Amino acid sequence: MIPPRKPRAIWERFLALVAGATMVMAIGAIFLYVPTDRVQGVVQRIFYFHVPLAIVTFVAFGITAVGSAFYLWRNDPKWDQRAHASAELGVLFCTLVLITGPIWAKPIWGTWWTWDARLTTTLILWLIYVAYLMLRNLTSDPEQGARYAAILGIVGALDIPIINRSVYWWRTIHPAVLVTREGGTGLTDPRMQLTLLVAFVALLLLFFWLLKLRTSQVQLEAQLAETERALLQMS
Amino acid sequence: MWELVKKDLLLEWRAREILPALLLIGVLSLLILNFSFDPGLPLRREAAPRAFWVALLFAAVYGFGRAFVAEQYNDALQGILLSPVSRGTIYLAKMVSTLIHLLVADVMLIALFILFFDVPLRIHCWSWLLSTLLASIGLAALGTLFSAVAMGTRAREVMLPLLLIPLVIPLFLGGVQVTERSLAGQPLGLTATWLHLMATFDVVAVVVGWILFEYVIDY
Repeated sequence: MIPPRKPRAIWERFLALVAGATMVMAIGAIFLYVPTDRVQGVVQRIFYFHVPLAIVTFVAFGITAVGSAFYLWRNDPKWDQRAHASAELGVLFCTLVLITGPIWAKPIWGTWWTWDARLTTTLILWLIYVAYLMLRNLTSDPEQGARYAAILGIVGALDIPIINRSVYWWRTIHPAVLVTREGGTGLTDPRMQLTLLVAFVALLLLFFWLLKLRTSQVQLEAQLAETERALLQMS
Repeated sequence: MWELVKKDLLLEWRAREILPALLLIGVLSLLILNFSFDPGLPLRREAAPRAFWVALLFAAVYGFGRAFVAEQYNDALQGILLSPVSRGTIYLAKMVSTLIHLLVADVMLIALFILFFDVPLRIHCWSWLLSTLLASIGLAALGTLFSAVAMGTRAREVMLPLLLIPLVIPLFLGGVQVTERSLAGQPLGLTATWLHLMATFDVVAVVVGWILFEYVIDY
C-alpha cells in the first residue's frame, strides 16, 4: 500500500554536485577574481548575487503560475506540490533580493529604500506570494487550500505585468529622484560579465536542486498524512 | 442570473447589512485621513484625491468580506449550486450585486468627499467618475472571487485584505492619477492611458474570475 522509498536519482546527486561546485566558483570569482568597481567600490560586488537572485525569483513565480494552472486543469496533486515548493523558494529568494538591495543602496544612493518602480514592484510581488503561503496555512482542508492557492498563483501572475506597468507610469510621471542603474547595463568589463554569468548559473542550479528537494519533501508529507488517515480509519 | 442579482439586492434592502458598513468605513477613512494632513497647508488639496481613493479602497475591501456571508447560513450556497445555472453565472451575478452596492457607496463617498475637501467642481470631472466606475468593476471582480476564497479559510477577515490589496494596486494608482488630473482641470484625453490600463485590468479580472470561480466553490 505504501510505496517503497525511492533511491535518490543519480541526476539529482549530480545536480547537487554541480550546483555546489558552481557556487564555490561564483563566490571565488566575486571575492578574488572580479575587479572592484571604480566608482562604487567593494559594495558593488553584491550585484553578482542581487541580480541573479531577482531573475531566479521570477523563474520561481513563473513555475508557480504554470504549476497552478496545470493543477486546476489536470487535478493532479503533483503540479500543486511543484507550485507550492516553487512559491516557497520564490519568497525566500525575493526576501534575499529585498535584503541585498538596501545593503547596496545605503552607501550608493544614501538611503535604504526609495519608492522606485522596480523596488515597489518587487515588494508587491513579495506581498502577493506571502499571502499565497498564508492562504495554504489558513485552510483546514489541504485540497481546498491547494485550489485556493492555485487561483492566487494564476491571478497573481496575470496581475504582475499590469502592476509593473502602473508602477512604472506612476514613477515616470513624477520626476525620478534617483536614476536607477542596473547591473546589466553597467557591467562593461568582460570579467564582471563572466562573474555575473557564473553567479547566475550557480543560483539557478541551487534553486532547481532546492526545488526538487522541497517538492519531494512536500510529496512525502502528503503521503504521510494519507497514511495516518488510513491508519486512523482502520483502528 | 438576474434572479440571483435580485435576490442579493432584495436581501440587502431588507437587512441593510453591507451598505451602511461600506459607507461608514469610507467616511471613517476620510475623517482619519483628514486628520493626517495639516489643513492650513496647500498640500491638502493635492492630497485630497489620494484620501478619496484610500477611503474607497478600504470601504470596498472591508465591505466585500460580507459578500458571501448570506450564503453561509443554512447551506444556502448548496441550494444555489443545485439550481440549473453554471458556476460562471453565479459568479457574474454575485459580482454584479457587489458592484451595485459599491457604486451606491461610491456616489455617497463622492458627495461627502466634495463636501469635506471643498473640491472645485469643474466640467472635466468625467474622467474622475469614469475612473471610479472602472476601479469599482475591477474591485468587485477580484473582490467577489477572493471573498469566496477567504470564506473557506480560518481567518477570513484578515485574509481578504491580504489577498486583495496587493492585487488591486494598479486600480488604486490609476484612480489617484486620473483624479488628480481631472481635478486639476485637465481634459479626458490626457488621462486616457491610465483609463485604458484600468479597463484592461477589469477585463482580465472579470474573465479570470468567471473562469476560476468554479474551482473555489466546487467541493
